[in-house]
Amino acid sequence: MSFTFNGLAQIAVFFALIALLTKPVGLYLVAVFEKKNTWFEPLLRPVERGCYWLCGVDSQQEQDWKGYTIAMLWFTVAGILLLYALERLQGTLPLNPTHLPGVDPALAWNTAISFSSNTNWQNYSGETTMSNLTQMAGLAVHNFTSAAVGIAIAVAVVRGFTRRSAHTLGNFWVDVTRGILYLLLPISVVFALLLVWQGVPQTFASTIQVVSLEGFKQTIALGPVASQEAIKMLGTNGGGFFNANSAHPFENPTAFSNLVEMLAIFALGAGLLYFFGKLAGNTRQGWALFAAVGALFLIGAIVCLGAEQAGNPLLANLGIDQSVHTYTLAQPGGNMEGKEMRFGIGSSTLFTTITTDASCGAINSWIDSYTPLGGMIPLINIQLGEIVFGGVGSGLYGLLVFAILAVFIAGLMVGRTPEFLGKKIQQGEIQMAALAILILPLSILGLSAFAAVYAGGVSQIGNAGPHGLTEILYAFSSTTGNNGSAFAGLASNTPFYNWTLAFAMILGRFAFLIPVMALSGLLVGKKIAPAGLGTFPTTGALFSALLIGVILLVGALTFFPALALGPIVEHLLMLAGKSY
Amino acid sequence: MTTLAPTTTNTPVPAPATRPTIWQQTLSAIRPAIVLTLLCTLGLGLAYPAAITGLAQFLFPSQANGSLVYHNGQPVASALIGQYWTQPQYLHGRPSATTPGPYNADNSGGSNLGPTSAALVQTVQQRVAALRQANPDVPPGTAIPADLVEASASGLDPDISVAAAYYQIPRLARVRGMTQAAVRAIIDQHITGRFLGIFGDPIVNVLDVNLALDRAQGH
Repeated sequence: MSFTFNGLAQIAVFFALIALLTKPVGLYLVAVFEKKNTWFEPLLRPVERGCYWLCGVDSQQEQDWKGYTIAMLWFTVAGILLLYALERLQGTLPLNPTHLPGVDPALAWNTAISFSSNTNWQNYSGETTMSNLTQMAGLAVHNFTSAAVGIAIAVAVVRGFTRRSAHTLGNFWVDVTRGILYLLLPISVVFALLLVWQGVPQTFASTIQVVSLEGFKQTIALGPVASQEAIKMLGTNGGGFFNANSAHPFENPTAFSNLVEMLAIFALGAGLLYFFGKLAGNTRQGWALFAAVGALFLIGAIVCLGAEQAGNPLLANLGIDQSVHTYTLAQPGGNMEGKEMRFGIGSSTLFTTITTDASCGAINSWIDSYTPLGGMIPLINIQLGEIVFGGVGSGLYGLLVFAILAVFIAGLMVGRTPEFLGKKIQQGEIQMAALAILILPLSILGLSAFAAVYAGGVSQIGNAGPHGLTEILYAFSSTTGNNGSAFAGLASNTPFYNWTLAFAMILGRFAFLIPVMALSGLLVGKKIAPAGLGTFPTTGALFSALLIGVILLVGALTFFPALALGPIVEHLLMLAGKSY
Repeated sequence: MTTLAPTTTNTPVPAPATRPTIWQQTLSAIRPAIVLTLLCTLGLGLAYPAAITGLAQFLFPSQANGSLVYHNGQPVASALIGQYWTQPQYLHGRPSATTPGPYNADNSGGSNLGPTSAALVQTVQQRVAALRQANPDVPPGTAIPADLVEASASGLDPDISVAAAYYQIPRLARVRGMTQAAVRAIIDQHITGRFLGIFGDPIVNVLDVNLALDRAQGH
């Protein structure tokens, strides 16, 4: 482990900026979803009403948890089918200047599931597979809708936790429409233009040709990148326009654009924590959750930085300099394989930690080339359930499941019926919470184990030795967690991986989400009892610490054996000088 | 502690006299699912990118079209996309793992070689040997900056570290017949520091330096 003052300062300043953004974003979320009194109301209300009219939706009519979930599922199915059709037919559709053919069925299916589940796992290289029409009208649309669905679910779950003796959780169509119109769209417009200013292209042309000073011809791919990049980050989608994702200079040209992209990943997840506290009637409740996930963020970011800055001992004796120099002959040092100069070690490891804390999955450096411990941090972040600020919406409802578990364990310790926000946590709630939490390891470990013994799974590994197992484990963790980042050495565009990874994405999104909605349906009908002497307070440091403990305990018990066979043993072998 | 007005949060919405069955909820969701999907496709898939394209082309036409750099009226590069430099009078960039050749700006990507990959160790060894051969004026035993022998993430990295630029000064000075101090001065003029002194890393843009070197010699 090796730390630089600058690397630690980047983490600290970034965290301070997120803390500053949390309250204003949270208040805006309250304005969008509860008070319905944003600044954009006069401008967008007619558009909103028009949507409801065309959809035949009564915006005053609320749904119970089943109705809300059914509406969400139908909306998702419609989106998947349309995207699948667009991919298959792109060869005969317009806006395809480089004449790309239709996408083959397994890959098209995988991609449709991937984008509609907010995963954005990409088994393809964007610039050589998807036409401009597919990127814009297919993939970028799902960046909005899958994010809006996630936020809508989170808002419904928060209502379930905070309403007293109620029956309904809100109207799905209203929450999704308002989430897109008042939240995602306005921020994306500003963010996209800011990215263009920094150098991200926005054009309907597909390529430009240049001849270098040495006479080399270079064909440079571009397109309507900025409009897609903005929502890709803000909606924690992560699906890149280009293969190299946010490492590509056209997706992420400067250290400043990198900072804004990192802030965009966490902004809504952090704001939702405040939103939760506000609706619970006690903003300290939101900050208690913030403190817990903030601590987990800082631990991950610091370890990842330390591991990458230390460099690769196998390269130490080859006559290269892996040490950092700050003033004269400045260089980042460390492990620069698969990293960009403008981000160095500090902005690369910070981005990687953030993108896996949240379920974003955009990358600005190749995680497959990270040192074993540096690459283990993003893997752990995903396996903990991406609750550290988390994906838009999914982070909050994942975290609330852990909160239920934490008060349950606290209740067992003091021998009282557990309560959360004044609501008694009983058998039904615990069953749903446990079901949701168990789905993730079942999918990750079950499918990884299958792929690790199946010839079609093992044959696609890019790096031999324990690193190969990590590639498989990462793939199923990333898809189950709806993250989408990859140890990209795994050549996963095969029918076997296209189908199994798509299955993992469905499990991770919907088999998790439905128990959580059922949990909310149970909670929304409960009375809110005033806190008594024996009530375990859930707004203080004790609760934050307990929550961290529960998250780490569940994660460690579940995944430690798999991690020991992958990154941990690889680290020890690397120190012993072994290569494969 | 702040509390919302009770009318907005904690008042239960009165349940309808007869609650809809699951079957009714399923049927009533079909039309909005289809219509909203189509509306999103039109609004977010076509109108939104079209509007952003219009605004971007008006406000930032150079960036929106790829930040092209012209030399004698011809586009020679994008300022943001690295190029493959081989001739000794030019500053060289980082290794690129794009396929089929290096710096293929039509198919970005990295090596994805893991830290314990024998192929990685071997490749770095070869790059070290090649660099030493190409830079014979550098005192023997000088360690090579890591970024100059490790492939970038995009394969299109336009920048190198200050140390990596300085490493090439003796070669550039000899081939161009300039003093090392003159070459160093040009490199120093093209160092971009960290954003706010904190974020990112100090960089030297390879193309900028090469254009400046040519300019300094009147090309």
